[in-house]
Amino acid sequence: MKPILTAKNLTKSYAKGILALNKVSFTLDQGKVLVVMGPSGSGKSTLIRTINGLETFDEGELNVLGIKISADSDERKIQRIRRRVGMVFQQFNLFPHLSILENITLAPIQVQKRNKKEAEEYGMKLLCQMGIESHAKKYPGQLSGGEQQRVAIARSLALKPELLLFDEPTSALDPERINEVLDAMRRLADQGMTMIVVTHEIKFAMEVSDQVLFIDSGKILEISSPEVFFSNASHERSRKFLNQIN
Amino acid sequence: MSKNKKKFFQILLVFAFLGFLGILINNLIINLARTGLGFNFNWLTKPASFSLAEHPLPYSPSDSYAWALFIGWMNSLKVIISSLVLATCIGTLIGFLRVGKNSFFSIITAGYITVIRQTPLLIQLMCWYFVGFLNMRNNSFLSISNIFNISNKGIELFGLNLSPEFSALLFGLSIFSSAFIAEVIRGGIQSVPLGQWEAFRSLGISEKQGFFKIIIPQALPAFIPGLTSQYLNLAKNSTLAIAIGYSDIYAINDTIINQTGRAVECFIILLCSFLILNLLITKVMGIIDKSIMKSGI
Ligand SMILES: Nc1ncnc2c1ncn2[C@@H]1O[C@H](COP(=O)(O)OP(=O)(O)O)[C@@H](O)[C@H]1O
Ligand SMILES: [Mg+2]
Repeated sequence: MKPILTAKNLTKSYAKGILALNKVSFTLDQGKVLVVMGPSGSGKSTLIRTINGLETFDEGELNVLGIKISADSDERKIQRIRRRVGMVFQQFNLFPHLSILENITLAPIQVQKRNKKEAEEYGMKLLCQMGIESHAKKYPGQLSGGEQQRVAIARSLALKPELLLFDEPTSALDPERINEVLDAMRRLADQGMTMIVVTHEIKFAMEVSDQVLFIDSGKILEISSPEVFFSNASHERSRKFLNQIN
Repeated sequence: MSKNKKKFFQILLVFAFLGFLGILINNLIINLARTGLGFNFNWLTKPASFSLAEHPLPYSPSDSYAWALFIGWMNSLKVIISSLVLATCIGTLIGFLRVGKNSFFSIITAGYITVIRQTPLLIQLMCWYFVGFLNMRNNSFLSISNIFNISNKGIELFGLNLSPEFSALLFGLSIFSSAFIAEVIRGGIQSVPLGQWEAFRSLGISEKQGFFKIIIPQALPAFIPGLTSQYLNLAKNSTLAIAIGYSDIYAINDTIINQTGRAVECFIILLCSFLILNLLITKVMGIIDKSIMKSGI
C-alpha cells in the first residue's frame, strides 16, 4: 500500500512545558480511514491541524503526499499541501457572504484558475452527491447545521483532494442531524477516499474506520483496528475513556 | 416604582427643563437689549469689508457677510471632504498593516496609532503648520518632477496650489483621524471569526486573496458605525482651522462676531450648518450601510 501520510516524532507545545503533541508517529495508507479519539484537550485538533499547516510544530517530520515538511518549512510548501488536502471543521466555517455554490467554486476558480462554468458544473455535481443541490443559490445562514456541514464537505471536495481531514464534524449538530453528515462521510469512505476523522461517534468508527488512534496528553497510547480497540483496548486509559463516552 | 410615581417624576423633569430653557432665553433677551442690536439677520446683506486669503469662488471685501459665510463654508467643505478621503486611505492602510502578519509593520503602526491618539489635535495642527509647512525653505523641500512639490508655499499637486494653512489642516486632520480610523478597521477585521481565516487557508487560498475576498467583505458592516463617528468628529474638529489662520466657516464667523457683535445669530448659523452637515454624513453612511447589507452579507 502507498502511504499518503507519515508522521515522525511530531512534537509541539503552545506554552512552555505543556506538550500538545509528544513524539507522535504514525502512517496512513491510501484509501484508509483513521479515526482519532481521545479526551478533551488531548491534542486531537492540534494533530489534525498540523497536517495541513494550520498549526506549526516544533520538532519531527511530516510527509504528506510526498511533500516533506519540518518545523521550519516555508509557506509555499504548506500551500502545496493545502491544495491537495481538504478539511472539514466542527463549526462548518462556511463563508456567510457567499452563496452555497460560490462557497464551493471559490477555491477552484481562485486557486486552480478553472473557468467559472466548469467549476460550477463540478460544484453542482458535488452538491447532488451530498443531497443538497436544491440549496445551491441560498446562503449558509438559511441552511440547517446538518446541511451546512454537508456543504462544507462538498467545499472540501472541490479541489479533488487526496486526503480529507475532519475535526469533530458532528459535534456542533443537533442529534437528529448527525446521521445525515455521517452517512455522507461513509459514502466517501466507500468510494475509497483517504480520511482522518476526529470523532466520538463509536458506531461510525466501528463500521467505517480501518484504524483507531487513541491520544492522551499529546501522546499516542495505541493504534488498533476498531475490532480490537472497542472490544479489547490494550491500554487502561483507552478503556476508561470508552467507558466514559459510552 | 409605581406607574403614578414614575409619571410624576417625568412631569417634574419636563418642568425643570422648561425652567432652565426659560432662564437661558431670558438671559439672551436681556443681553440683546443691552447691546441694543435686536435679533435679526438683516446685517447679512451688508458688505463684509474684510479680505480672505483663500476663496474657491470670487470674493472681495465689498461682498456681503452672507457671501463671506458662504466662502467660509466652501473652505470648510473643501478641507473636510479632502481630509475625509485622505484619512480613510491612510487609516485603512495603517489598520491593514496593524493586523497583518508582518510583525515589523505591526509594531510600527501600533506606535503610530498610540502617539497620534495620545496627543491633542491642536498641538498636532500647530506642529504641522509651524514645523511642517511655514518654516520650510523657500525653494522646494520635496519635489517630484513638477507633479508633487512641498515648500513654504504649501503643496503643489498637478499645478494645483494648496496654501500652507490648508496643507497643514489637511495633514493634521487626516493624520489625526487616520489613527482612529485604523482602530476602527482593526476592530472590524478582528470581529470576523478566526474560523473564516482557517477555512480559506485550508482551501489553499492565499493570504492576500482570502483577506480581500473573505475577511474584508465580512468586516465591512462592522466598519460603518465606527467610520461614521470618526467622520463626524473630523467635521467638528475642522473648526480648529482658526488656530492656524485658515478661513473656514468658524474663523469667518469669529471675525464677523468681532465686527458686528452678532454673536447669537452667528452661532445659530454655525450650529445649524454643522448639524445639517453631520446629519448629511450620517445619512450617506446609512445608505452605504444599507447597500452593503443588501449585497448579501
Ligand atoms: N491556540 C492555543 N494556544 C494555547 N494552547 C492551546 C491552543 N490550542 C490548543 N491548546 C492546548 O493544547 C492542548 C491540546 O488541544 P487540542 O489539540 O485542541 O485538544 P483536543 O482537540 O483533543 O480537545 C490543550 O491543552 C489545549 O489547551
Ligand atoms: Mg478539538
